[in-house]
Formats: sequence, structure tokens, C-alpha cells
Amino acid sequence: MDIRKIKKLIELLEESGISEIEIQEGEESVRISRHHPQGTALMVQPATPAWGGPAYAAPTAPSAAGEHMPTKAAEPALKGHIIKSPMVGTFYRSASPGAKPFVEIGQHVSAGDTICIIEAMKMFNQIEADQSGIIIDILAENGQPVEYDQPLFVIE
Amino acid sequence: MLDKVVIANRGEIALRILRACRELGIKTVAVHSTVDRDLKHVRLADETVCIGPPSSSESYLNMPALISAAEVTDAVAIHPGYGFLAENADFAERVEQSGFIFIGPRPDTIRLMGDKVSAIRAMKEAAVPCVPGSDGPLGDEDTANLRLAKAIGYPVIIKAAGGGGGRGMRVVHSEAALLNAIALTRSEASAAFGNAMVYMEKYLDHPRHIEIQVLADTHGNAIYLGERDCSMQRRHQKVVEEAPAPGITPEQRRKIGETCVEACWRIGYRGAGTFEFLYQDGEFYFIEMNTRIQVEHPVTELITGVDLVKQQLLIAAGEPLGYKQDAIQINGHAIECRINAEDPNNFMPSPGTITQYHAPGGPGIRVDSHIYNGYRVPPNYDSMIGKLIAHGENRTAALARMRNALAELVIEGIKTNAPLHRRIFNDVNFIQGGTDIHYLEQQLGQ
Repeated sequence: MDIRKIKKLIELLEESGISEIEIQEGEESVRISRHHPQGTALMVQPATPAWGGPAYAAPTAPSAAGEHMPTKAAEPALKGHIIKSPMVGTFYRSASPGAKPFVEIGQHVSAGDTICIIEAMKMFNQIEADQSGIIIDILAENGQPVEYDQPLFVIE
Repeated sequence: MLDKVVIANRGEIALRILRACRELGIKTVAVHSTVDRDLKHVRLADETVCIGPPSSSESYLNMPALISAAEVTDAVAIHPGYGFLAENADFAERVEQSGFIFIGPRPDTIRLMGDKVSAIRAMKEAAVPCVPGSDGPLGDEDTANLRLAKAIGYPVIIKAAGGGGGRGMRVVHSEAALLNAIALTRSEASAAFGNAMVYMEKYLDHPRHIEIQVLADTHGNAIYLGERDCSMQRRHQKVVEEAPAPGITPEQRRKIGETCVEACWRIGYRGAGTFEFLYQDGEFYFIEMNTRIQVEHPVTELITGVDLVKQQLLIAAGEPLGYKQDAIQINGHAIECRINAEDPNNFMPSPGTITQYHAPGGPGIRVDSHIYNGYRVPPNYDSMIGKLIAHGENRTAALARMRNALAELVIEGIKTNAPLHRRIFNDVNFIQGGTDIHYLEQQLGQ
């Protein structure tokens, strides 16, 4: 696997709130996790990756470091500002079911534009873009539970 | 049984709750701040939700974030642990209104016992012995207050109704200082607790802190599980706790225990709770009730064989108590040391990375801690990093086992109060037992 690609993955990991990324290309796979006690550990495995972390016997093999919220192992964004969730809740792309999403990939947004809704405790919170630019990626799915600091959008 | 529980806490108690949940087959959700991703219980939990940035107010005290985490994970109950929101009646209420089970007492019980004035009133009605005092909030009339203090007899202590746990109190030794003390305590209370109400009590000059553990279910059953002596304190923070309390007779235990159980019935208590008393010259005086699981619960577990956290979960699930009063026996003696990440001499917090950790072991040794080799103790929360507990067939055996354990304990990379504990367990008066709540500070002052 290309070392430059791996470097880009590490950069993406470090600047986002993601704690673990696993990419599989053919028979090769890379898992990079942030929370290994010794720091960002890099493990390149030819075969099925083993559970990397302190040797605790987990009751069921937790997927992606036991995180309930599946973080999308994105294509490494070469540049871009990541908008992270400011709260715990359910992510919605539009104001109501069936309505047009607030933003699509490729769309230009200005700082202050509503880009999504996060619903928590029956209240719908409008999340705004904190800077202007083009939406180059959307990292959460409609109706998906999200946690604090979870990456939602990439703006360039 | 409860299907899934959100553990709304961190550190060693979160791990304790996780262990109890796993024993009962309950799925666990670990909520954590951004700096707590590497907590041991977070790594072991079935699901995890990051709820906020490091600051407690935006994470572990953030009610919407906690309830939202329960919603998105489809949990059925929330366990608040101790500290944080464990005794926040508003939180308990919001949890229940949102359709979740709050693992603890009913919100209005928390409210009743959280206000120290109403708690004392309720205890008086339940015939629980209380400290002689104002029997209610102090008014604004100077002459009345002076007369009251004279009747009680100096020294007196002014306490904030919204305080507790050692906060919001001031001792007055002479009449000349009384009115100022009341005014000062009022303004402090207003600033710290949003409640300027204060009350007055007789100040006991050499009391021991002895507390009674209770459990009450939703079927009308309540039991007491003996007492704990928590007199070794520094600045109102407990440092060492033990059970049973040296010198307390079975008859005294039975009498005060039954009084507390009666009080539980009267106030409709639910869950685990602790009645705290000052004990002086053979008499118990109620000071406050803690409506939660306490830090020092392990010493009671070891002498009675009852798993208190498991009982909390069972009670919350609607199960009847698994024990009748006569099944509760005191076996041997247990002592606990609170291990803090702090300088053992000046008590400054010592966060940082633990480079070497070795836990003691052997018969009668229990370690309740979340730390591990390489774990980074964050600076944002209180400094307790674990509890070391020793149990023996009697107090002497427990002391000897604790001395061994303290000698085996290795924590490097940060400073801890282990050296202080080693000094305590070689102290002649502590070894004899029965030292009062001022003893440790007096020793440290020298």
C-alpha cells in the first residue's frame, strides 16, 4: 500500500474526531486507531486484521473500537474543513421527511447556512455551517445517531 | 431485567457499574467526554457515545446530552453513579419524564433529602436523632439568632441548606463572631448553591463520622447493612473508610439501623442510600442522607457479602430485595484507602500518564480502579484514581493486609497519596481505632 496514502489517512484521523479507520484494498488492509495507549499506531496486515488495543477480552468483538456510531471510513479528503456534531442526537439532512435536503455534495454554502438538523429529546436543532465553501463530503446518513464531535460534513 | 443501561459517570464507579451490569446480562452504554475515550469502562462497554468536550458542565453534567445518548441507543435506564448528577432531583425528574428509569430514589425523595433543612425535619418526624439546632432555617432577626446560639451552647456551626458534603459551613466559637458568620455563610451559599438559606447546629468537638447503609425496594422491603466509620478526613473529604465501626456494639448497630429502616419506610425510599451521623459520647446525631451509591460502598459489600450495585440494578428493575434483615451478618472487618492522583504532602493534583502500574493482590485484597499502564489521568476531573480495599477476619488482620497491599502497590508517572496512606497505617492512634474526624488534619498539621 502506498505510504503517501497511509500518511493522508493518519492526517485525516488526526484532524477529525474519528478514532479508528480501516481501509481494505484487495487483500491488503490498514487499520489506524487513535486510542492505542502508545499513541497513533500503524498496523499493516496482509490478512484479517487482529483486534488492536489492550488485551481485554471483550464480550462480543466490538466493531470499530466499540463505537456504536458507525463512522464512515471516508476516502481521504486531501484538504477540507470538517464540521463536527456539537451534540448527541439523530442526524437529519432535511427539515422533514421527504423534504429536500438542506445541502448536497457540490453545493456552495455560506457561513450561517443551515446544513442539517440534529434531533435530541424531541427538539430539532438547526446546525449551521461555520464557514463558507463547497460541501465535498457528507459523512453521516439520514436518521443516523451521532455523538459529540462526530464528523458530519467536509467543506472546502 | 433491564435491557440496556447508560452509565452516566466516569472513572472507577463507571467501571463498577459496568461490571454489575455485565453480571446481570444488561447491555452497557458508556457515555464519555472527548478526553475520556480511553477510560477502561469505555473500552469494555457494548456501546459508547461521546457526549461533550472535557469540561464537566458540558459533558457529565450536561443533562440533554445524557438523555439524548439514552435515546439514540434505545437504553431503558440511566445509572448516575456518585457525584455529578447523582443527587440532582431535576435530572432524575427529566430522566423519568423522558421515559427512562433513573437508577436511584424517586425525584421528590432526592429533593427532600437534598435540602438539608427539610431532610432534618423529615428525620425528626421519623424519630431519627438529630444534632440540637435551629430546627429550621435561620431568620433575619439578629437577637433571635443570638438567643438561639446561646441556648444551643457554643461552639455552633452555621450550615447552608443547599450545601452538604462539607461545603457551605462555618464554625462559630463565640458570640462576637456569630452575626458575621451567618451573613458570610449566607452570601457564600447564595453564590455556590443559589440558595441563601442557612441553619444552625451544635458543633460537636470530637465526633466520629459513622454512617448506615440501607437498601429499599419497591415492594415495601427495607434493610440496613451495618455501619461504616469514615472519620479519617481531610477538608471534609474522606481518605480512609472502614466497616464495621470500631467500638460499636451489635445492640447499638441494631438500634440505629432499625431507626434508619423506619425512616426509609416513612419517606418511601427506593434504592441504595446512606444515613450519615456524627457519633460522640455514645450518641448518634443525624447530619445528612446521601441518596446514591457511595464511594466507600466496597467495605460494606465485603463484610456483608451483598453486592450493592447489583442490588441497585435489581431494585430499579422492580425486583424484590433478595435479603431479609436476619440474613445480613457482619463478617470480619474491611478497610478502604482512596487513592488520589495528588502530591502526598501538599495535595496538589497530579494528572499525567501512568507509566507503571502494578496492583496488589492476595487474599482479602480488592482493587476498584480504572487505571492501567499508559493511562493518562486527565486534569479535568476529581483526582481519585482508585480504591484499595482490604478485608480480614478482624480489624488487625485487615490492617495487616492493607499494609502489605500498600507496600505492593506501584503507580509511577504521577504522584499519588499512597505514601500518606502508608503513614496512616503506621499511626499508633489509627491502629488503635476510634479516632475522630479532626484527627487526620491534626496529624497533617504537625
